[in-house]
Amino acid sequence: MVDHVLRIRDLQVEFKVYEGRLKVLNGVNMDVGLGARVGLVGEAGCGKTTTMRCVLGILQSPPGKITGGTIRFRDRDVLKMSQANLQKIRGGGISMIFQDPVAALNPVFTVGDQLTSVIRYAATKRMDKKEIKRRAIKALADVQLPDPDRMFTSYPVQLSGGMRQRVCIAMALATEPELMIADEPTTALDVTIQAQVLRLLNELVEERATSVIFITHSLGVVKEMADWVYVMYAGSIVEGAKKEILFERPMHPYTLGLMGALPKLTGGGMAEGIPGRIPDYLNPPTGCRFNPRCTQAMEVCAGNRPEFREVDPDHRVACVLYGGEADEQ
Amino acid sequence: MNSDLLAVEKLKKHFVTARGTVRAVDDVSFTAKEGETLGLVGESGSGKSTVAYTIIGLHAPTDGKITFGGQDMSTGVSKRSRALKRSMQIVFQDPGTSLNPRRTIEQILSLPLQVHGIGDRKGRRSSVIELLRRVELPADYLFKSPHMLGGGERQMVAIARALATDPRLVILDEPTSALDVSIQAKIINMLCGFQEEMNLTYLFITHDLSLMRNVASRVAIMYLGKIYELAPTEDFFERPLQPYTKMLLSSIPVVLPEEEAVKPSRIVSEGEIPSPVNVPPGCGFHTRCPEMEENCDADEPQLVEVQRGHFVRCHKCAEPVTAEIAGKE
Repeated sequence: MVDHVLRIRDLQVEFKVYEGRLKVLNGVNMDVGLGARVGLVGEAGCGKTTTMRCVLGILQSPPGKITGGTIRFRDRDVLKMSQANLQKIRGGGISMIFQDPVAALNPVFTVGDQLTSVIRYAATKRMDKKEIKRRAIKALADVQLPDPDRMFTSYPVQLSGGMRQRVCIAMALATEPELMIADEPTTALDVTIQAQVLRLLNELVEERATSVIFITHSLGVVKEMADWVYVMYAGSIVEGAKKEILFERPMHPYTLGLMGALPKLTGGGMAEGIPGRIPDYLNPPTGCRFNPRCTQAMEVCAGNRPEFREVDPDHRVACVLYGGEADEQ
Repeated sequence: MNSDLLAVEKLKKHFVTARGTVRAVDDVSFTAKEGETLGLVGESGSGKSTVAYTIIGLHAPTDGKITFGGQDMSTGVSKRSRALKRSMQIVFQDPGTSLNPRRTIEQILSLPLQVHGIGDRKGRRSSVIELLRRVELPADYLFKSPHMLGGGERQMVAIARALATDPRLVILDEPTSALDVSIQAKIINMLCGFQEEMNLTYLFITHDLSLMRNVASRVAIMYLGKIYELAPTEDFFERPLQPYTKMLLSSIPVVLPEEEAVKPSRIVSEGEIPSPVNVPPGCGFHTRCPEMEENCDADEPQLVEVQRGHFVRCHKCAEPVTAEIAGKE
């Protein structure tokens, strides 16, 4: 019985650099249910993308190194898999949409070339050329690109940013993956185009019952895209809850700070931001990594790392304010 | 007091390229009062940065008039007096590229003082320390170079540089869009403080409407090189008239239910901004407008004042009220 597509437990990653070892991921815990839409929110440099690179087995190593934890995709341990098996997963099991559609597409090949190569690569059985092309054009039509036949022979530079991102979505979904990771897919787009792409993604995902991890730094976007939200800070998950619960009753001081810092459409002036800045990963603070910036920090916060525990049904927080003994490190 | 510091009349900036003339700014008029924050919003390619660069003198206008404190400065930057240049400054979007990586912070901050002959050589270091103090950076940053600073701190240096010459007008070109929200709040609060203290006039360019709501006194929205709606902030957000404004507002992903209530009833975002080389005939927005009528693709609407201080460029929303206004003028 597997009711989870992905289960990450206590993932630790370090990067070896000239100055020493950057302890970037510090115990990431995350579950993605079958057909669930999971949002992962955090600011720049908190380790969102690093976590996803580990899932896909594309962490640059060296300098990166996974020093602990497990990642299970369905019932298999991704970290113990051979390269050949990983490649099979990357083809058909998990696909990814990147932030910058300009960098994600090769400028010297047509959209059709790139799309067909993805389909051919992930195919489980031999497919003839006609069949591959038919599927590619269908994939382009599925993402509501106008005139898919012409798109097939276009080069990326001939398309606008929104259209390129649609091509990337087509590539990610053409192989019918079980899990799609969307890494800030709309950050580079204008707000009206973002609304279109988000709507399209939601429709496609619902139709296919694909599980999704949606990475973003915007709480507003996550609210539209996810059923379950994880908040990440400095290499670990600090809060995870059902979307409704998280937005109604955020608990972790970092989540509260993040929500408070957002400018509101209703006006009323700017709130205070969170003091300080993201920690230096060479010498991260001990205990809870948020404690130097936290307004409610206590002595115990600098001692041990708080356990990521369930405080309410469907609501998990890593903070000593919400009961529970600190975890021995 | 409260006289117009900056007046822009029928400003045009066209760029001649091999593919045709790009009408980046096409007939833009607005004024900014002393001490106010005029917000300029628009999608990428709408010409908002070109307006800013033309005012500051990085581009010479193709046509139109710019007056600053009663002085005509429509000519290129080389013909402006030094005193005029001193009284207007700009903060760019990306502090990673707007600060010279080979200079120390002291060199960066003392350059405007040297150019404008402010203080003598001995006094300059203390002036620079004073500038750093005002943006809440410690004095030992004098000897650092930009790459040693975080993104937020770099932007503080860029702001300090803009304030060095004691300007009257500061153009802020997306000053926080490259930064995290927790840092954004701090920088915006600081900017608001300086405005009050020095009676600065801001021309604030951003694509973030939620931010605009909290900082601007009036908001102008640009599309394809033209202003489509200009109104006092509260009016703009609570009684938007132009369909494009409504589309933008309804596309913003928000967090709170109160914010959701402010948004105009869901207008589905369609289409993309056309190329400014081939501006559609009639109203530029008619290709995407959900409320398009027969004459929209033929006659070009003009910017008319429909209520006091509320200007709209639209056939549909302008007509019913124009009669009264016409009588007044």
